[in-house]
Amino acid sequence: MSNPTGQPDLFSKFDDVIALREGLLASGVEDPFSLVMERVISPTVAMCNGRETILLGTYNYMGMTFDPDVVAAGKYALDNFGSGTTGSRVLNGTYSGHKDVEAALREFYAMDHAMVFSTGYQANLGVISTIAGKGDYIVLDIDSHASIWDGCKLGDAEVVPFKHNDIEAMEKRLKRIPEGAGKLVILEGVYSMLGDVAPLKEMVRIAKENGAMVLVDEAHSMGFIGENGRGVVEDQGIIDDVDFIIGTFSKSVGTVGGFCVSNHPKFEILRLVCRPYVFTASLPPSVVATAATSIRKLMHAGNKRAHLWENSRTLHGGLKALGFQLGTDEPQSAIISVIMPDLERGAGMWEALLKEGLYVNLARPPATPANMTLLRCSLCAEHSAEQVQTIISMFERAGKTAGIL
Amino acid sequence: MERTEIDTRIRSLIDPFNKKEIAITQETKFTDDLEFDSLTVMDFVAAIEDEFDIIISMNQQAEIETFGQLVDAVTKLQN
Repeated sequence: MSNPTGQPDLFSKFDDVIALREGLLASGVEDPFSLVMERVISPTVAMCNGRETILLGTYNYMGMTFDPDVVAAGKYALDNFGSGTTGSRVLNGTYSGHKDVEAALREFYAMDHAMVFSTGYQANLGVISTIAGKGDYIVLDIDSHASIWDGCKLGDAEVVPFKHNDIEAMEKRLKRIPEGAGKLVILEGVYSMLGDVAPLKEMVRIAKENGAMVLVDEAHSMGFIGENGRGVVEDQGIIDDVDFIIGTFSKSVGTVGGFCVSNHPKFEILRLVCRPYVFTASLPPSVVATAATSIRKLMHAGNKRAHLWENSRTLHGGLKALGFQLGTDEPQSAIISVIMPDLERGAGMWEALLKEGLYVNLARPPATPANMTLLRCSLCAEHSAEQVQTIISMFERAGKTAGIL
Repeated sequence: MERTEIDTRIRSLIDPFNKKEIAITQETKFTDDLEFDSLTVMDFVAAIEDEFDIIISMNQQAEIETFGQLVDAVTKLQN
């Protein structure tokens, strides 16, 4: 090794991952984790590794990335406010655009407070680690996103996971928490690996009955699920019962950034005590300008929501009819997850699809539940009905090539 | 509940997860000897929590490597 003194190499802990990756590439498959998009033609089409490719693995659910109003707002901000703020939100990093995007979020959710972070990851990291401290208990779904787990790890609360979407398991754990301890229940609206929706109505009711505050991550539902696109909490009629909604600009909104909205009367103090908010530079002016414009357009995007549901139903039905094993029995979100028998055949299928001209996400452990290998398809409101039919035939041909069908 | 009784009860809870029928001693390690992965740990911890009506948070789990340490921890949480 590169260490002549015989001292431990800090990188030896990655040897298993290195071996797994080398084994996969030795089989001759195109590297699923090094794809480069040379040119992006629209929200649904790009040039990938030299091929024109339909994009079915982005989180661009509402197709806002090339919206003319959104792009114009970004250009205006770039011209008038410069390329970046070079400062923290609590020092020199709050421009009028940052206040405006927070106003747009308050309008979108009809809530009292909104706080914008530089990424969705930091929103979970910051809010969770700051509000749940020593002696408090966090009760969370075992399939929670990495940013939620990292938020738990950064804070000092006792962390108690329960089986995915298991209402009874959650209730039992809540009831065992010592009297007087602070309680935070963390749930997601849509779980991104299988695209399944949580039974939030029942879970939030039980959490509240047991004196817990509730934080729901609606990253994968914003803009799409619920009458006004406010997420699964709106769809299930319990938006007023949750204490915090966490979301992101890097999915339906079409740029980058994260946020938390809340009606808690003391919410604004987080701006001073939340380290992942304070100790990082704020978002560039062009980013907050595109986000604010996009969020306000998403408030009136009922037709796009209807078309995206149509796409989700068509793809789910088509893949099911071909005989693929899917993550959910019915389409529940804009994510349709195709379960692969193992990583090797999953990578083979991924490559066969790419050669057909279709990009999907290859997801593997540890990001996936139950050690599954998944081909994750996320639909866009800008996919045409014809594109969805093309996608289904690509799956059929690739499935036969890769020996999955 | 006495430590010996907790010991016996936890042994019977391990059985369904002990696929290779490894002999359990106080020093048996869950990850190294029983080869529990994170999913098995969650199911196993849930079974213990339900049996004894306790919570073993992940923070507490991090301190528990061996069967003996688990029996000690449950004994403490029980009383």
